[in-house]
Amino acid sequence: MSIVSRWLLAASALLLGGQSALADINMPVGVTPISKEVYGLHMMIFWICCVIGAVVFGVMFYSMFKHRKSKGAKPADFHESTTVEIIWTAVPLVILIAMAIPAAKTLIAMEDTSDAEVTVKVTGYQWKWHYEYLDSGISFFSSLHPDHNAARQKGSGVDVSQFDNYLKEVDNELVLPVGKKVRFLHTSSDVIHSWWVPALAVKKDAIPGFINENWALIEEPGVYRGNCTELCGRDHGFMPVVVRALPEAEYDAWVAENAPAPAITESTGAAATTAVAAVEEDADREWGLDELVAKGEGIYNTNCASCHQANGQGLPGAFPAITGSPVATGPIDAHINTVYVGVSGTTMASFANQLSDVDMAAVLTYQRNALGNSVGDTVQPSAIKALR
Amino acid sequence: MSSATDYYIPHEAKWPIVGSIALFLFFLGFASMLNGGNWIVMAVGAALLVFMMVRWFGDVIRESESGTYSPQVDVSFRMAMMWFIFSEVMFFGAFFGALFYARTFSLPWLSGFGEGGAAATNAVLWSGYDAVWPTNGPGELGGEYMAMGWFGLPLINTAILLLSGVTVTIAHHAIKEDNHKKMVRWLGATCALGFLFVFLQAVEYWEAYSHLNLKMGTGIYGSTFFMLTGFHGFHVTMGAVILLFVMLRGTKKHFSSTNHFAFEAAAWYWHFVDVVWLGLFIFVYIL
Amino acid sequence: MSAASAEHHDHDDHHGPAPGLTRWLYTTNHKDIGTLYLLFSLLMFFIGGGMALIIRAELFQPGLQLVDPLFFNSMTTMHALVMIFGVVMPAFVGLANWMIPMMIGAPDMALPRLNNWSFWIMPFAFTLLLSTLFMEGGGPAGGWTLYAPLSLQGGDSFAFVIFSIHFMGISSVMGSINIVATIFNMRAPGMTLMKMPLFVWTWLITAFLLIAVMPVLAGAVTMLLTDRFFDTSFFSAAGGGDPVMYQHIFWFFGHPEVYILILPAFGIVSSIIPTFARKPLFGYASMVYATASIAFLSFIVWAHHMFTVGMPLAGEMFFMFATMMISVPTGVKVFNWIATMWRGSMTFETPMLFAVGFLVMFTIGGLSGLMLAITPADIQYHDTYFVVAHFHYVLVPGAIYSIMAATYYWLPKWTGNMYDEKWGKIHFWVSTIFLNVLFFPMHFVGLAGMPRRIPDYSMQFADWNAVATIGAFGFGFSQLIFVYVVFKCMKGGEKATDEVWEGADGLEWTVPSPAPYHTFETPPPIR
Ligand code: HEA
Ligand code: HEA
Ligand code: HEC
Ligand code: CUA
Ligand SMILES: [Cu+2]
Repeated sequence: MSIVSRWLLAASALLLGGQSALADINMPVGVTPISKEVYGLHMMIFWICCVIGAVVFGVMFYSMFKHRKSKGAKPADFHESTTVEIIWTAVPLVILIAMAIPAAKTLIAMEDTSDAEVTVKVTGYQWKWHYEYLDSGISFFSSLHPDHNAARQKGSGVDVSQFDNYLKEVDNELVLPVGKKVRFLHTSSDVIHSWWVPALAVKKDAIPGFINENWALIEEPGVYRGNCTELCGRDHGFMPVVVRALPEAEYDAWVAENAPAPAITESTGAAATTAVAAVEEDADREWGLDELVAKGEGIYNTNCASCHQANGQGLPGAFPAITGSPVATGPIDAHINTVYVGVSGTTMASFANQLSDVDMAAVLTYQRNALGNSVGDTVQPSAIKALR
Repeated sequence: MSSATDYYIPHEAKWPIVGSIALFLFFLGFASMLNGGNWIVMAVGAALLVFMMVRWFGDVIRESESGTYSPQVDVSFRMAMMWFIFSEVMFFGAFFGALFYARTFSLPWLSGFGEGGAAATNAVLWSGYDAVWPTNGPGELGGEYMAMGWFGLPLINTAILLLSGVTVTIAHHAIKEDNHKKMVRWLGATCALGFLFVFLQAVEYWEAYSHLNLKMGTGIYGSTFFMLTGFHGFHVTMGAVILLFVMLRGTKKHFSSTNHFAFEAAAWYWHFVDVVWLGLFIFVYIL
Repeated sequence: MSAASAEHHDHDDHHGPAPGLTRWLYTTNHKDIGTLYLLFSLLMFFIGGGMALIIRAELFQPGLQLVDPLFFNSMTTMHALVMIFGVVMPAFVGLANWMIPMMIGAPDMALPRLNNWSFWIMPFAFTLLLSTLFMEGGGPAGGWTLYAPLSLQGGDSFAFVIFSIHFMGISSVMGSINIVATIFNMRAPGMTLMKMPLFVWTWLITAFLLIAVMPVLAGAVTMLLTDRFFDTSFFSAAGGGDPVMYQHIFWFFGHPEVYILILPAFGIVSSIIPTFARKPLFGYASMVYATASIAFLSFIVWAHHMFTVGMPLAGEMFFMFATMMISVPTGVKVFNWIATMWRGSMTFETPMLFAVGFLVMFTIGGLSGLMLAITPADIQYHDTYFVVAHFHYVLVPGAIYSIMAATYYWLPKWTGNMYDEKWGKIHFWVSTIFLNVLFFPMHFVGLAGMPRRIPDYSMQFADWNAVATIGAFGFGFSQLIFVYVVFKCMKGGEKATDEVWEGADGLEWTVPSPAPYHTFETPPPIR
């Protein structure tokens, strides 16, 4: 839609009080009781502010038109009045109290996390989310969808407008039931992130070393999209949240199908929407070099490329290059150790909990034999398994 | 200077720009050193800074002695010193704030007390952790350590500082009576106590590092302990050096019962350092 | 003009400015130092603005076109640091230097040499800060708030940024001490506190805020430094610290800081509106009390920046109510200004246009601030472009407009020449139109869900971002008009009278235009 027509539309929508056309310029009403309350609160304070603005600016502009020298206005010389001072201190105070009461009520309701039926632990990683259903044991990582990830690279040449939900699509969606109180436990493994889904009016910071609680009761099935909203480093803009709310029966079926899931699952894979499918991979089997490299590429692009770059060149000063890296082309144990344990005090985190044996072996082999490196050896999944 | 005014406006200030360059080199050098460089630039900056201060204060002293300053200038100096001390109070406030915050909020939360996710924080992330001050945190950073007791050196140091508060006051009364000898003597005592304090503090640090395994890295306890006592110790050192210079000026009879701003500024600073110590002694050592 | 100014005319050549570059390096003259501050600030405005244009250029369309996300983040960070510490604060200090001694009838600042040092620290501090952009790994990229633990991940730039903040802090504290001492100690006899112009009052309170909170910022960043390099664990849970603790300490500084950026603006507007309304300021005493109340409240509202960090409910309630309270004294100010205009005899020269622009758009920004104060709603607004819209409305048509208004207002006094009124007005109108094109749509995308500090976004935000970018370039380039007008006026033009403005009141208008190098070597009589 062109900009002009959108302005017109917005203006007419404002006049008519219509809501649908406002979707792109106003807060969504949302699908939880809290989000609806928040929306109501938002509209109330918005209109109060508008009225205050209208009165204040009205008086001011009236004065500016009437009391100008060119109109022959002669200055009065009053400059004090305790009465009006008291009035315009008291009136705003009353308005504020009127706003504060409903706000306090909503706030109290928001903080009440008791009696939840489902608990999901949400852990922020640079730059993906990890979800753990504490009741059913399902757990998986959720990162930006690989297609979007490829398109968003600088100079990718991809026309991003072809995507329906550019940057708001993930590989593994968080599946939640409709009509049940869901409690979230937010934490982080590295820096502060913030988990936000506007339609649920849920936004809470993920603080490393601490857990924050939050809750939502989704009333309508659907897909709800959000983002990380706390600056968390280079790819802060690229860690979306996608929630799929299913009717209770479907949700139960999904849980039954996926639980008990393996503690570590594939983090790539544009698998099915609810792709936690526990693909049984044989970590004990002997893998071939090409097989590992082929598999490793996807893992690398999802997990490592945001720092070390898709071409392996890194960003000088911030992230070392993998191409020609003394670690990635050196002794294999040191290489494994770097990725399995991480490098403390740097952003190079431990991937032990983020990658399965096969995935880790694949990405290591990929680093050693692609991106301009050609060491020629392989890292076998069994070697990783032995470390655990 | 102009005779039309009793207000003194110096017409040239050479030292500030030197001071800026000095600070620039100091910070530049310090940052480079932290990034793995050497300390030479930093040392040059520090040396230049000291040189600048000596010369700048030298000029001011000369002007003061030649009677250039009016009472109004004297008041400006006093105000500046008072507000400077206020800014220092706020600086320490940040570190005290950190100590109080950790003790009243973060440690109980980590131990599972409080609203929000405190219970889950403890149960899921740090199960089994129960904070008892002093603590090096649920990660037991820095390993086994022993806390610094308040009996012993800290108590002696408290006595020393309190005593130095008395001696500096006696010196003040002395100068008010124009009794130079007495002033110098008591100032000398104050300086000696100050340096003794710093020395004992150094001994205490040595103890902490070599016997108690108490280090900067000993969790929040080590962090707050060394940060607060460290910055305090630095301020004591500065204060003692200032007092030393005031004493030396006293031997040259720079002050009189009516004109001794430098003395008072140093004394105020000294009292401030003293009060901070009392806060430290209570909140860092005893409680 | 008054006897005082005529009398000291003949002292002028007595000790005028030193020749050449050393005049500026060694100067102890409050007017020279004021000029230096103002020029420095102008330069920084273009540097910070250039960074903003890089941000806006990248955000023109969805998809990453121009810069790496890491560089984008460092632009966001640096833009804010430069604008706040390099533009608004130095400009206000510059105005304080120029005007406060003249307004209170003092010959100069209380501590002229310290004054020189306060200024000459700034170029060095910013050299240190800006140099990090050229280091391997780039400049700081953790946001201007430098939240731990993200900021701890910074590369080589980290220590330099911390020290540059210490450096600027030293300058601000020394500058503020000087201003407080000047105001308390240098007033002409008869200039009682309640006779001081409001600009002086607001600066007195601002200086107090600065002395109180800059050291706290210094403490906060020092803890960052030791956490990174000396093993401390203030901001790490494993050691018993808390990343959120950094935020508390930072915002204990940060919130008063935003009032530091607006109180002097209130003072400027309180000088300009009465002049052009030809009517004394309404409610002088209540203005003073309102300013003091704002300053007091600013110390107890900091955690409204942290409604999503998981504070206990009681804390959230307290900070919500306290924050809302700030609207009351601020409202008093707005109403007083309007009452000053009421039944005046107004003309709209450029300073007045900027002051009225300030009044309207600051109020818009203030009202969105009030919306942000409502905790449940803020949980939706937080860290979106709605917040970005809020603070640019209070900062750009707030702080920046007040600085422009002040410049137009006092420029004839500084230079002795009238500026070009026609171009001044064009500057105002072009700026104001583009400014709203730039920042108003940010409310929309923010409410619709666009997070801040992102280099790329979903299609749904595309249109408004394109609009905002057009506004940004329009606004940015219209500032070249400002530069043109100012430098033209410095070079020459119609001679200004001593009073300059018909309705002007105050001691600064009793001295000749341009103001002689030394003013009030003998205290002026105060009515
Ligand atoms: C000049 C700077 C300035 C000023 C003056 C203000 C003024 C105010 N600000 Fe703003 N603010 C910032 C600069 C400023 N702010 C910045 C830089 C940030 C973001 C920092 C970051 O995260 O990077 C921020 C962020 C910010 C937040 C955090 C948002 C978030 O991150 O989620 C909040 C929340 O409460 C807030 C509130 C307010 C309020 C209530 C005022 C009040 O003072 C406004 C008062 C004014 C009015 C209300 C209008 C006039 C009054 C009337 C006409 C009277 C009638 C009114 C009533 C009856 C209500 N601000
Ligand atoms: C006083 C403070 C101040 C001022 C004046 C401004 C001015 C502007 N800001 Fe600023 N901004 C902040 C303070 C300020 N900002 C803060 C505190 C943040 C938060 C940072 C954070 O999240 O950490 C922020 C963040 C911020 C963002 C969000 C970034 C993000 O979240 O990723 C954006 C995006 O549009 C933006 C844009 C602008 C623009 C377009 C201007 C314009 O007004 C600028 C005007 C442009 C110019 C003045 C350019 C001058 C002219 C030219 C360039 C032409 C000729 C060129 C040369 C001769 C060199 N700012
Ligand atoms: C958040 C950013 C980030 C991500 C994601 C990341 N790394 Fe790293 N990596 C780093 C940093 C920073 C270093 C440098 C550590 C140091 O200073 O020694 C590093 C170092 C390395 C090294 C050593 C290179 C050398 O020459 O020193 C290897 C090998 C490596 N990473 C592999 C990986 C693999 C495999 C992945 C993905 C599974 C990955 N990294 C993901 C940031 C990252
Ligand atoms: Cu994670 Cu931003
Ligand atoms: Cu604030």
